[in-house]
Amino acid sequence: MMIDVVVLFFVLGVFARLVKSDLRLPEALYETLSIYLLLAIGLKGGIELSKQPLAALAPQVAACMALGFAIPFVLYPLGRVLRLGAADAAALAAHYGSVSVVTFAVASAALARQGIAHESHAALWVAVMEAPGLVAGILLARWGARRGDTGVGVSGQWSTLAHDVLFGKSVLLLLGGLVIGAVAGEAGTAPIQAVFIDPFKGVLALFLLELGLVAGGRLAELRRFGAAVLVIGLGAPPLLALAGGAVGVALGLSTGGVALLATLAASASYIAAPTAMRIAVPQANAALSITAALGITFPFNIVVGIPLYITLAQRWTAA
Amino acid sequence: MTLAKHPKTLLVIVAEAAIEKKLVRDVRQLGAQGWTLTEVSGAGRGGVREGAWEADRTIELKVICDETVADAIAEHVLAAYAPHYSVAMYFSTVAVLRPERF
Repeated sequence: MMIDVVVLFFVLGVFARLVKSDLRLPEALYETLSIYLLLAIGLKGGIELSKQPLAALAPQVAACMALGFAIPFVLYPLGRVLRLGAADAAALAAHYGSVSVVTFAVASAALARQGIAHESHAALWVAVMEAPGLVAGILLARWGARRGDTGVGVSGQWSTLAHDVLFGKSVLLLLGGLVIGAVAGEAGTAPIQAVFIDPFKGVLALFLLELGLVAGGRLAELRRFGAAVLVIGLGAPPLLALAGGAVGVALGLSTGGVALLATLAASASYIAAPTAMRIAVPQANAALSITAALGITFPFNIVVGIPLYITLAQRWTAA
Repeated sequence: MTLAKHPKTLLVIVAEAAIEKKLVRDVRQLGAQGWTLTEVSGAGRGGVREGAWEADRTIELKVICDETVADAIAEHVLAAYAPHYSVAMYFSTVAVLRPERF
């Protein structure tokens, strides 16, 4: 079986939406599942974190943050060349600078299935890569606005944004899970493993079903935005994966680690970024970014991208 | 016997959930003593807002207050948020029993 079973649930969701099925997961369940996934990913990483020296992780954390910050500066000019407005290009770039936790989860599952080892504290990379891309996107939007391209200023204060990103549910739960896992360790978390570790993949499958429903709805909207969204949605991930993979190799990561960092670089945020961008860059079209990130890039990554990035990592780390 | 009723203005603001916190803060600052918030979905000139993802959620904020306060809130919302966010507002006159609470 080439495709991971969880991906099939995503396909089912897209199909349900395309045939206009009445299937819909209750909002509350969607929220619950996302909270579960974030906490579980954090916990798993934290348990591993407790087994190693923290100082060794500093270069990884710094490199991940720099990577997330740099990505929007590459994508923004590309968006402008493809005739997106300054605000739209900046907001879209921010989505790609930030990361998708579920794409990460699917990649980890694929690695586990193929028996490829990876740094098990990788959840830490996810947590620190969430924010830098958003900051870069806002800087770009302000810069574009100052040059008069958008005609309107960018609203919001940095303090509000910093609060919303750092204490927003994604980073809070990921980091919270990491800390709890690190403090409690393998033995301490044993009583809750039956909830947070073992059923993980089943929950991921359910969540992907819901994401399939949303992504399917976005696919129908594709025509509204033209070629630019399609070009970036399909073109950016492989390009960014090369950059992420290169950073991984430079850091001396394992094969699985290189594949995960490539995946993270290639992924686009659809939970934290849309909310943050709606506040910070209100003149950007939110539907455009979400269509690219969730309608095109996410399916591309989980179906085609991840196997590709794993192969890339295997080539690059082959001795 | 009929109860003594007092006229007040009900201002309903339907807006993107993205500005929920700011709206609530502004409404209080401009003199409203209370508010009621519900999550809704619907469609308008900006397209369908079905709340399928977080930034797509829509809220309905109800404020009962004096007419002058309602006007001040509406004026502020029009100037501060309407240019870039989906916002709809409407007024009606309602009768309340304890006017000092609004």
